Amino acid sequence: MKFVKKSPWILHYDGSSCNGCDIEVLACLTPLYDVERFGIINTGNPKHADILLITGSVNEQNIPVVKQLYEQMAEPKVVAAIGICATSGGIFAECYNVVGGVDKVLPVDVYVPGCAARPEAIIDGVVKALAILEEKSKDARKKTGK
Amino acid sequence: MNILMNIGFVIAAPIVGGLLTGVDRVITARMQGRQGPPVLQPFYDVMKLIQKESIEVNSMHRFFVYISMVFAIFATTILITGGDILLAVFALTLGSIFFVLGGYASNSPYSIIGSERELLQIMSYEPMVLLACVGLYYADRSFFVKEIINNSIPAIVYLPGLFIGLVFILTFKLRKSPFDLSMSHHGHQEIVKGITTEYSGRDLAVIEVTHWFEVIFTLTLVYVFFATNAPISRVIAIVICGLVYLLEIVIDNAFARLKWQQAFTSAWIITGTLGIVNLMILSYFR
Repeated sequence: MKFVKKSPWILHYDGSSCNGCDIEVLACLTPLYDVERFGIINTGNPKHADILLITGSVNEQNIPVVKQLYEQMAEPKVVAAIGICATSGGIFAECYNVVGGVDKVLPVDVYVPGCAARPEAIIDGVVKALAILEEKSKDARKKTGK
Repeated sequence: MNILMNIGFVIAAPIVGGLLTGVDRVITARMQGRQGPPVLQPFYDVMKLIQKESIEVNSMHRFFVYISMVFAIFATTILITGGDILLAVFALTLGSIFFVLGGYASNSPYSIIGSERELLQIMSYEPMVLLACVGLYYADRSFFVKEIINNSIPAIVYLPGLFIGLVFILTFKLRKSPFDLSMSHHGHQEIVKGITTEYSGRDLAVIEVTHWFEVIFTLTLVYVFFATNAPISRVIAIVICGLVYLLEIVIDNAFARLKWQQAFTSAWIITGTLGIVNLMILSYFR
């Protein structure tokens, strides 16, 4: 049985977002959307998290931060890029300090475009991420022979 | 037969503890106007954590939480099987100390803050727990739970002050607001979960199961105050355990977290007034 689908814990990192998508991510936790229905918890701790949600584009300053957060997460893990800035850099793509989307630095599994991404879209993205998470945990078990 | 029943109780303890935690999460969500997770959510969380990778910070780090769980199981077993209440309390304290050492072992600033706060919490609640044991001895002339719960008059008649004090202290032990300084139940809180910061995977699952045992332990202390040799009193005692747990959930949702100074002084003031006055009056009459 894949319990990871029933209790995905989230780590939310704000790259160089305008806070639009951040607010929408947090809106998912409010009584209106209440993602805790699905066992989703916003942990704020990479060692506890299964899904890394990144909002905003990646810039030169936060490349090491994003990489370190990803490396600290325990396997199996997935990355979801929330909002158009995180998927491709968005309107900030041409800025001198912006590297581009999150996929320039990390292997992104789910892209949720939108400016700002709506809570429904974010929840949909997380659900898609869960399917990938399940695949990954299967692969991980095959590797370790369990 | 008796042994089998005791083994059954010990196996049931974490299951009941987990279910209570699940009910707690649902009730909390309803109080906040949300639907909340399924009742079995704590079990899903633990099963998921077991299936995940455990990141090892150093070799001792993991050892401490396992030892902590062993002592929590040991303490709960003593209490449920009607053993010596003093021994159970000290065994649980030892478990808490190992948990604190686990926090220190990882050398992360978050978990060290959590450990220091946990030590302050232990200092805050421990006097009251010990006074409760002393009070139970005064009332029933025994430290053995099976003798305390076989008297004709419930201990609460002699120890109302100590009971209120104990309920106050339970907030620390159940890790509920306003006294969840060292690690909180809620995600993204109390310096990103204090002692548990560096734990992941199976080790975090062990911490969660240890907490289930602690929930049962604390509620058994409440039970001891109400149970007598009459069978109906046992039922009443279990209902009161449920009510106390519900009260703790309400308190958790209604109060903001206190600073450690306030938590510490309020706990000791309650212990000093309710606990000691109760004991003094009791020693005067008996």
